[in-house]
Amino acid sequence: MELRTTNICMKNFKSRLPDVTFYSRESEAACGPRGSVVGFSGSVSEKMLSGLHYPGCPEARLRSLREKLPCREVQAGTLLAIMGEPEQYCYPSIFIYGHRATGKSHVILTLLKELELPHAAVSCVECVSAGLLFEQTLLALFGADSAALLPRLPSLSDFVRVYRQVCAQQPAKQTRYIVLERAELLRDMEANLLPGLLRLQELVDDNVAVILLSEIVWDKFRPNTGCFEPLLLHFPDYTKAELLQILSLDSNPSYTPELYSSYINILLGVFYSVCRDLRELRHLAALNFSKFCEPLEKGEAKEGNTHKLWRNIEPHLKRAMQTVYLREVSSVQWGQQQMDEKEATALRGLSALAHVELPYYSKFLLIAAYLASYNPARTDRRFFVKHHGKMKKTSFLKKHEKTSNHLLGPKPFPLDRLLAIFYSVVDSRVAPTASVFSQISSLVTLQLLTQVGHDDQLDTPKYKCAVSLDFILAISRTVSFDIVRYLYDFI
Amino acid sequence: MNESSGCFVFKPSSKKRKRTVGIDEYFVDGNDDCGNGRERFNICQKLWEKIKMDTEILQDELNEKILESLLDFIKKCTLSFQSRTDDWASRMRASEIPTAALVLGVNVPDHDMTFQSLSDLLKNSVTPFSVSVQAKECTALKNLMQRVLERLMGVGVSVEEDEEDSGIHLPQKRVSCSISVLCQWYKTVTKVGRRTLKLSHYKTCSENGFLQSPPIVVIFKDFEAFNPRVLQDFILICNRYIHELPLIFVFGIATSPSTVQHILPHSVSSLLCIELFQSLSCTQHLATVIDKLILTSQFPFKLTGKVLQVLVSIFLYHDFSVRNFVKGLQLALLEHFHSQPLSVLCCKKQEARHNAQKLSHKDVEMVRQLPSFMRYVETQEPQEQVQLLTSDDHVKEVCQMLLKGLRKYHKNYYPILRCLHSLTASLPKYPLGKQIRELHISCLEKNVWETNEYESAMQLLRLLAKDELVAALRKCADILKPGKTKKMKSALQQLEDYIIRFEQLDGKISLKLYSQCLCTKMLLRSRRTKKMSPFEILRNETLDFIDGLVRSHLTPPELQPLNEVCYYSSSGVLRRHLNATPRTSIQTALSHPFYFLQNENLKTDAGTVSSAAPDICIVYKLHLECGRLINLYDWLEAYATVVSAAEGKDPDAEDYGKVDELKHARFIQSVSELEFLGFVKSTKQKTDHVARLTWGGC
Repeated sequence: MELRTTNICMKNFKSRLPDVTFYSRESEAACGPRGSVVGFSGSVSEKMLSGLHYPGCPEARLRSLREKLPCREVQAGTLLAIMGEPEQYCYPSIFIYGHRATGKSHVILTLLKELELPHAAVSCVECVSAGLLFEQTLLALFGADSAALLPRLPSLSDFVRVYRQVCAQQPAKQTRYIVLERAELLRDMEANLLPGLLRLQELVDDNVAVILLSEIVWDKFRPNTGCFEPLLLHFPDYTKAELLQILSLDSNPSYTPELYSSYINILLGVFYSVCRDLRELRHLAALNFSKFCEPLEKGEAKEGNTHKLWRNIEPHLKRAMQTVYLREVSSVQWGQQQMDEKEATALRGLSALAHVELPYYSKFLLIAAYLASYNPARTDRRFFVKHHGKMKKTSFLKKHEKTSNHLLGPKPFPLDRLLAIFYSVVDSRVAPTASVFSQISSLVTLQLLTQVGHDDQLDTPKYKCAVSLDFILAISRTVSFDIVRYLYDFI
Repeated sequence: MNESSGCFVFKPSSKKRKRTVGIDEYFVDGNDDCGNGRERFNICQKLWEKIKMDTEILQDELNEKILESLLDFIKKCTLSFQSRTDDWASRMRASEIPTAALVLGVNVPDHDMTFQSLSDLLKNSVTPFSVSVQAKECTALKNLMQRVLERLMGVGVSVEEDEEDSGIHLPQKRVSCSISVLCQWYKTVTKVGRRTLKLSHYKTCSENGFLQSPPIVVIFKDFEAFNPRVLQDFILICNRYIHELPLIFVFGIATSPSTVQHILPHSVSSLLCIELFQSLSCTQHLATVIDKLILTSQFPFKLTGKVLQVLVSIFLYHDFSVRNFVKGLQLALLEHFHSQPLSVLCCKKQEARHNAQKLSHKDVEMVRQLPSFMRYVETQEPQEQVQLLTSDDHVKEVCQMLLKGLRKYHKNYYPILRCLHSLTASLPKYPLGKQIRELHISCLEKNVWETNEYESAMQLLRLLAKDELVAALRKCADILKPGKTKKMKSALQQLEDYIIRFEQLDGKISLKLYSQCLCTKMLLRSRRTKKMSPFEILRNETLDFIDGLVRSHLTPPELQPLNEVCYYSSSGVLRRHLNATPRTSIQTALSHPFYFLQNENLKTDAGTVSSAAPDICIVYKLHLECGRLINLYDWLEAYATVVSAAEGKDPDAEDYGKVDELKHARFIQSVSELEFLGFVKSTKQKTDHVARLTWGGC
């Protein structure tokens, strides 16, 4: 069944792309279970670069398309080739992956819009249930009436039934496309949804293609039970030159494009090593451009004096990398600061205020939790029992335990151990009141402790301490408790 | 903190405020021997209402600054939404959601009030569209969306999955739960608002001074408790609609702002434009509350040192919650008026005089039995003593006088306390405490001038340089100024005289000596006996004067006659109510059944349990003798032996200690009761064994 469908659609468009390296399921045995990948190498890309081809489409529109999709001609060309002529069947499902801001949604949506093809674009993050996904798809493809046909709590088969029903009334003249953004979220929905969508063409018996967009590779999607392999398409990251080209397109109208592209060049020089996200770079470019232009405004430098402009902006960009890029200060505050000409010291970042005030016993509970998480349980005797008898340092420090517990991270500990350590580190006698216990759960809510395993509350619950060494040092300093003396790693 | 409000066992407020008939009956029923229950209830009620109002005003004042800046931020964001122009920079910039990170401290129960006033303020001045959500109602994304949509649009929103729960179909229109629905709704609402200026139940726009398109404010009350996935997805979705919906977030953060970065990855936090707002720390908050509620002669009701200590230590050691502190105060108030019949005199001047006149014979007897009154009687002339012990009317007269004295004492006590604190608060190492409440507590408990700390504070004061001393004295004078009693006025007069004299010294003496280090001063002081500069003489004179003030006005209240009327002293009751020890009570009940049952047969020596005790006590006692795993059969055998002894059977009889069906059933029942209480649980490690869940014990 599956094979047959593939063959049909192959016949439809294979003739049009003779030189795309494309493997059908028949030849899968030869290329392994990896699925089929459309490559952009070799003769294909050169051919595609020369221009996008789409039958029945005026050259002018193709040209405007090309302008709208800078540095993505190859991918767009491949996609167009796969899509084929409107009335022809398309490959049932296409999987497009690539990092954030590599133009996945942009390319596919621009193509579909410009060529006026019927399509539904749905972001999976918005669909809290599969029902919403079906509803939005039907709404976009067939109008509001069709979405109303769905029963409450629709399942995939309901969707297929309704689709067939409305499709019979409005048979496809062109291929319909369903674009699903952030497709990785489909995996968390019903188990049959993803396999079903992959072969939707076959299920509804209509000229429809599902295009999945994701930042994750296909290998992480493949269900255990197997499914129809979609056509894989990779969008590589933009190179530095491509970023420069794209970013230079948004030049400020009051300045020359040359100036702007030299500015982008400086910006990329600072940020390219940490950030390749186009959107983020564009945002940063916009935030800092006014500072770059300052010498020009004041008349201190001319546009040609690149060196002076660079000297002016470079430290500023470096500071931006530590603050506004990490969202330590907000972009509004950053902008204001530029206007006020004040130094960055005036603004405190988010992480500057790491100090947390806690009630006295909470501090000791947290200290006890930290000790329980980072000390091996067998050493408790050595640390917390006054007359721990003969426990020589040599036997106490086992040779093979060379790895620092701090490198391994916190270990879970039972409530009993936490309380036992708590009672021995806190200096006064503490009654086991309800508030001491509620403080433990408060610490969990504040995410300073984490609970491990929720299955049985009666059975001693287990916790992990989720704070850093610096944090606990600061806390123990306020109650003048020398925690380092009690940590196995530092003995 | 979060759960501590749940431990607040005693909840008088909700009942009392309703003012239904019969609440004051509790006061009457409690002590039916005296007839003034109703009056006491009324006084208590009035006092509490005043205290409550004062705390609320205080809270608003304290929050004013942070809320104001928050409102400014929201207004500013709203304006920037509207003026989202087409200029180059704003077009290029990524559209971020304006977010206020509101750092409130770990005292989560107190936050409710802040958020309440925040949303009230928002509703009044910025936008009708504000929602607050809590983590516990938003475990999944769809719940969060549902809450937000429901509260904004005021209609039921279907989530599709939980529909089966109600058979009755709600008449409301149900809409699907997505932000695009909200978008459409927002467009219609604002359009309607714009077209018809006076309309609709959203008192829209111009009428209320709302801006043209009011923003939608989503308040996340407890940011840390949210599931990170849910938050991330919600922010991602909202970001898709930011061009259509003017969304603003407020994160209520309990720990530190860096949790934002812990919970949200960079890809999500880069969609937010986070600005930080920090509220007052809760210790400052408490200091203000104590200053306004406790350290004032305004309220006749007082706490003794021990009680105050209990309340403060619960605050400092356990929860940091000012709300719980005020609740503790309320409980003390209620307990005082409930348990002390003479508290009828604990009210304002005229009322107290009136009530004193109306005291019954029984009440007068009670007055005579007050320890403080007895002490007072002993100091009187023999003739007067006879009068006081025989004539009720005379006692009433004296009561009025004594109450007046008590009021005077308070009016003098607090200003002098503040003076002493302001003088000593800047001394190195704070000999009398950094906070005024510490000084207050030590003054309440004993003669403060007899303590070593006071001694050392005075010594340090005697070493102060002139300008420091004069500045401190000026502060004291400011504190004394509002004082109305004669004594305070004369004290102020004298203090001002001293200040003037210090200033007159100015020409004669140089200052260099007095800012030297402490040890040389001490040396100097030992050698100094012969010669003292005029400044030193004056300084000693001034400090002796202050010492005199302290000695005459900061006497502990216990020495004041009739102090029992105003002072609540049972700290034990308060501690038991506020800081409950459920586990200790259960263990007491199980190991000493006499404690609760008060049955003479159960009275035993420490550590043993009478065999006549309830089954569960016996079973509990036996289980304490076991290790981590308990063999059920051995346990049953032991139980049967103990119970047979209780039945008084002959130890030599054939069936002594035999397990019959009844004993078996009783045993099983007790074991399951123990399991219910969380002492044992079934285990799969060994057959016929149960696991012990508690440690220690025997």
